[in-house]
Amino acid sequence: MFIAGVVGVLTRKNAIIVFMSIELMLNAANLSFVTFSSFLGNNIGQLFVFFVMTVAAAESAVGLAIIIALFRNKLTINIDEINILKW
Amino acid sequence: MTQYIYLTVVLPLAGFLINGLFGSKIKNEKVIGWIGSGAIGISFLIVLSAFFQTLGLPAEERQHIVSLFNWLSVGSLQVSIAYQVDQLSLTMALIVTGVGFVIHVYSIGYMHGDKSFWRFFAYLNLFIFAMMNLILADNFVLLFLGWEGVGLCSYLLIGFWYDRKFEKSTTSDAAKKAFVVNRIGDFGFLLGMFLIFLTFNTLNFNEVFARANAMHVSTTIYSFIALFLFIGATGKSAQIPLFVWLPDAMAGPTPVSALIHAATMVTAGVYMVARCSILFASAPAIMTVVAVIGLLTALFAATIGLVQNDIKKVLAYSTVSQLGYMFLAMGVGAFSAGIFHVMTHAFFKALLFLGAGSVIHGMHDQQDIQKYGGLKKEMPTTYKTFLIAAIAISGIPPLSGFFSKDEILWRAYANAGFIYWFIGVVTALLTAFYMFRLLNLTFEGKPRYDAHHVHPHESPKLMTVPLMILAVLSIVGGFIGIPEIFAGEHGNNFHGWLEPIFANAQIRLSHFGSHTHFEEILLMAISVIGAAASIYFARHIYLKNQSIAENTSAKFKGIYRLLLNKYFVDEAYDKAVVQPIFKVSESFLWKITDVKLIDGLVNGTASVIDVVSGKVRKLQTGVAQTYAVVMMLGIVAALFWIIYSL
Repeated sequence: MFIAGVVGVLTRKNAIIVFMSIELMLNAANLSFVTFSSFLGNNIGQLFVFFVMTVAAAESAVGLAIIIALFRNKLTINIDEINILKW
Repeated sequence: MTQYIYLTVVLPLAGFLINGLFGSKIKNEKVIGWIGSGAIGISFLIVLSAFFQTLGLPAEERQHIVSLFNWLSVGSLQVSIAYQVDQLSLTMALIVTGVGFVIHVYSIGYMHGDKSFWRFFAYLNLFIFAMMNLILADNFVLLFLGWEGVGLCSYLLIGFWYDRKFEKSTTSDAAKKAFVVNRIGDFGFLLGMFLIFLTFNTLNFNEVFARANAMHVSTTIYSFIALFLFIGATGKSAQIPLFVWLPDAMAGPTPVSALIHAATMVTAGVYMVARCSILFASAPAIMTVVAVIGLLTALFAATIGLVQNDIKKVLAYSTVSQLGYMFLAMGVGAFSAGIFHVMTHAFFKALLFLGAGSVIHGMHDQQDIQKYGGLKKEMPTTYKTFLIAAIAISGIPPLSGFFSKDEILWRAYANAGFIYWFIGVVTALLTAFYMFRLLNLTFEGKPRYDAHHVHPHESPKLMTVPLMILAVLSIVGGFIGIPEIFAGEHGNNFHGWLEPIFANAQIRLSHFGSHTHFEEILLMAISVIGAAASIYFARHIYLKNQSIAENTSAKFKGIYRLLLNKYFVDEAYDKAVVQPIFKVSESFLWKITDVKLIDGLVNGTASVIDVVSGKVRKLQTGVAQTYAVVMMLGIVAALFWIIYSL
């Protein structure tokens, strides 16, 4: 699941899909946190998941806002065309 | 009062700060002058009472150390601000504060009306502060502080009239010359200090000398130490080959010439050699070097003095010559005789300079003796005091110069040999001759100045009273050191007073054959008669029969020109040292090292970064996914590395 997220981030052109792939990676990490937590009988892992979910929610709000702002300026969300941050 | 000796250092410093910081606001010359002089006067009283207190003690208890605070503490190097009160430093301190006070008072009159009156007194006080540090120091570092301090003040005061012309250049050039030449000597002194620390692991005087007395150190090391210290002394005390700065130092105001360049600072080298007598005594070869250099300097400078026409120049070469005598005394192991001469010389040479200052003052800054003449009537006090000083320096009994000079000559004969004595006597005759040439051309004969424009006048009381004080000292100063053959069973008082300081050094020196009293009296008579004869000659030539002088100089034109141009030493140094340095600086240091090497390095660094960054910036594609790929690869690589290294 994590690898699927990574590949999505690296290959897809659409910024929203890239964004969803990032969520996929986060959730993959969450899943492994929960799994290991239950496997090792340690509650700290579950605690971490809550943190990750909170941060992910905030991050997705900010990320979507950036994508909207981008679209307003460039009329595209194809990340190959968003390359103004170069020499 | 011995424990309050530090006040003699603090008071001049306070005077310097008050005059230096607020002098320009005070405006009133009297106030400024008496703040400056008072600081020195009180210091003198303190030294005087400390002297009498010490005199009352038995000889073994006469050394005190007044420790103030710890200054430097680095590893095994411990340096404290501590002042050593003993026979030698007290003698020097008496000279410095006593003559210094008189000259300060004189300066109030001499500098009257100068636009930087306050600056002058601030510098003078700073000088006394540094000088007191130099002579009271109980370790080499503090001595070096004073040593550099007096050099600085000398520089400041030579260039005091920085807007005036001096000979072919300006006074600030003369000041720079003095400073640079002194630096060469200081460098030698520093090397000597390092070597002392390396050898004895301390820089405290008493410890160094105690260890030098107890430890076994090879003569080679002693020779190097003594040689380096002596190089320092040649710089400060204007000996061959570093004497060239002193004649130029006459660019400063005359009281400065009297105080710094005749009475006190230039004797610092002599003092230092006397202080380190045990180190010098352990290096016989260097002792000979000291004696020979001293002797040559004495003769060399005296011959130049014969033909100079600037009143202060004559006195300057005379100072160099007399300093040569002092080093001759040091070199033949007559340390106390050398210090004795330092003292009497301080009296009569300060008097000569102040007298010259009085003449220059009265003649509206004219310094050429060919434009003087017949000033006896207009300046009776100056004339009388000048005459006393001239007799004293010529070595006519019973004035002070006779006792000190003759003791040096006698010891040179007894300890070193006939030739030392002979050259010394020749120098003494030359000294008598040029002093009376100066005296006759200035005060006797017919006036040669333009009487319509120049109206010579006697100087104010503030200047003549110091002259009289010094004249009295020049007359009686010698009696504290009457040679043994005249003084009877008490022996030489001055010698006895200083003896404990040099006792260890005297043991190191090999003993010389005994000489009879008859020899001593004979030699003494020869030098006195010689001096009297050359005084008579000078009088004859320059008063009655001027043509002799002209004929002689015409006959020996080559020699005359050689002397007038001071053996072309300045020119030779210019060709041999100064010009090459300029050339090297310009063609190598500037055009190659600076322009090519340093600028090249700086610009090269910039252009390398420019080129590299031109390539590197292509990596910034601006496409976020490229970065993500690189980041991914990095993380994967890091993971692999962590897993494999586990």
